[in-house]
Amino acid sequence: MIRVVLPYHLRTLARVGEEVRVEVGNPATLRAVLDAIEASYPVLRGTIRDHATQQRRPFVRYFACEQDLSHDPPTTPLPDAVVQGAEPFLVVGAMAGG
Amino acid sequence: MSGVRLLVGTRKGAFVLTADGKRDKWKVSGPHFAGWEIYHLKGSPAEPNRLYASQTSGWFGQIMQRSEDGGKTWEAVGKEFDYDGVPGTHQWYDGTQHPWEFKRVWHLEPSLTDPDTVYAGVEDAALFRSTDGARSWHELSGLRGHPSGARWAPGAGGMCLHTILLDPANPKRMYIAISAAGAFRSDDEGKSWTPINQGLRSEGIPDPKADVGHCVHRIAMHPSRPGVLFMQKHWDVMRSDNAGDSWHEVSGNLPTDFGFPIDVHAHEPETIYVVPIKSDSEHYPPDGKLRVYRSRSGGNEWEALTKGLPQKDCYVNVLRDAMAVDSLDSCGVYFGTTGGQVYGSADGGDSWKAIVRDLPAVLSVEVQTLS
Repeated sequence: MIRVVLPYHLRTLARVGEEVRVEVGNPATLRAVLDAIEASYPVLRGTIRDHATQQRRPFVRYFACEQDLSHDPPTTPLPDAVVQGAEPFLVVGAMAGG
Repeated sequence: MSGVRLLVGTRKGAFVLTADGKRDKWKVSGPHFAGWEIYHLKGSPAEPNRLYASQTSGWFGQIMQRSEDGGKTWEAVGKEFDYDGVPGTHQWYDGTQHPWEFKRVWHLEPSLTDPDTVYAGVEDAALFRSTDGARSWHELSGLRGHPSGARWAPGAGGMCLHTILLDPANPKRMYIAISAAGAFRSDDEGKSWTPINQGLRSEGIPDPKADVGHCVHRIAMHPSRPGVLFMQKHWDVMRSDNAGDSWHEVSGNLPTDFGFPIDVHAHEPETIYVVPIKSDSEHYPPDGKLRVYRSRSGGNEWEALTKGLPQKDCYVNVLRDAMAVDSLDSCGVYFGTTGGQVYGSADGGDSWKAIVRDLPAVLSVEVQTLS
């Protein structure tokens, strides 16, 4: 199980706590974890990445193990510590606006 | 016992304000969807406890919500607004062509008769319809596909379809308005559209017969006379007596004819309301005095309504979707401001009270008259 930390507004939308766990198959990639999040919480479809293009929304970022994965291709494998559940995969709303 | 329910969309959530028919004591519920922009909420005339809401975020995009109990609880519903076919391009600020891109839902208009049918006006300008209670959406692409579509351009607030009027006497007829393309009419349930902008005059459009390009801020009608339309344009208050085929100016003695909302009294089809704003460069009331203007003659002759409204140091704006009227015997009039006040009048505008004073900036106000 992969641990995923969601930003506040997506937690309230999905009616979950700060951290959720999703099952991700092999290979465990960026795309696979995002697919798993959307499958478990359909209301989040389109909120992290565009539902049609699958492009990351501009003000959303991905982090794990103190690395910014936001600009990595969707086929990028997740860090081992994330796959093993030692570290969470972070979906972050960029600091902007008022 | 009769009562009213105000549905207030703000920059940071939705609020539901309720009162009995006296409209002097109000209960405030909210914020719903706290922290999200709520552009618009509206109830179904056919099933008043069925509400629809547009919830948006610059970070996380568009969410649609539906309530079956008058706003006590909500369910997220369909939010995929896909343009029909290849979206194509429209005119950008610099005159070049720019791809159509969905940004958000500005306005929701439930069917007058079917609680599962609802229309959505979106940015970039297009009209969508759901017939399954907002679970799925389909574009009425005859509008965006009008030959003028490539010449539509955004206003300062974006290229938004913000007004949808359904003709209660003719189910095939509807009107929409887009900033800054203008007003359009359909006589075949939204399949095909005709620009209805003759008579409008806009600075920067030298052709007096230009079919599109006008920054229409709002259109209103009285349900008993759906062929008579009133318009608050970027500048100018206008009137049409032939379903939009031609317009004439009725700004008359207004202190300024710039503004955003316009509405019609529930029982007096010739009584209309606007909120004059100083100018397109200064979006606040002239002289720091918040005044609603009422015409009882369908325009041209206007009176200032000031009782209960701040008459000094007031520099708020009232946005296009932020005025509504109820249909109680003594018509109630309501509007919200960018300063977070919602004002109500239970006597057709003669006197006003602040129902709430400190909400986030108000984007929209709708009212339901409950029996």
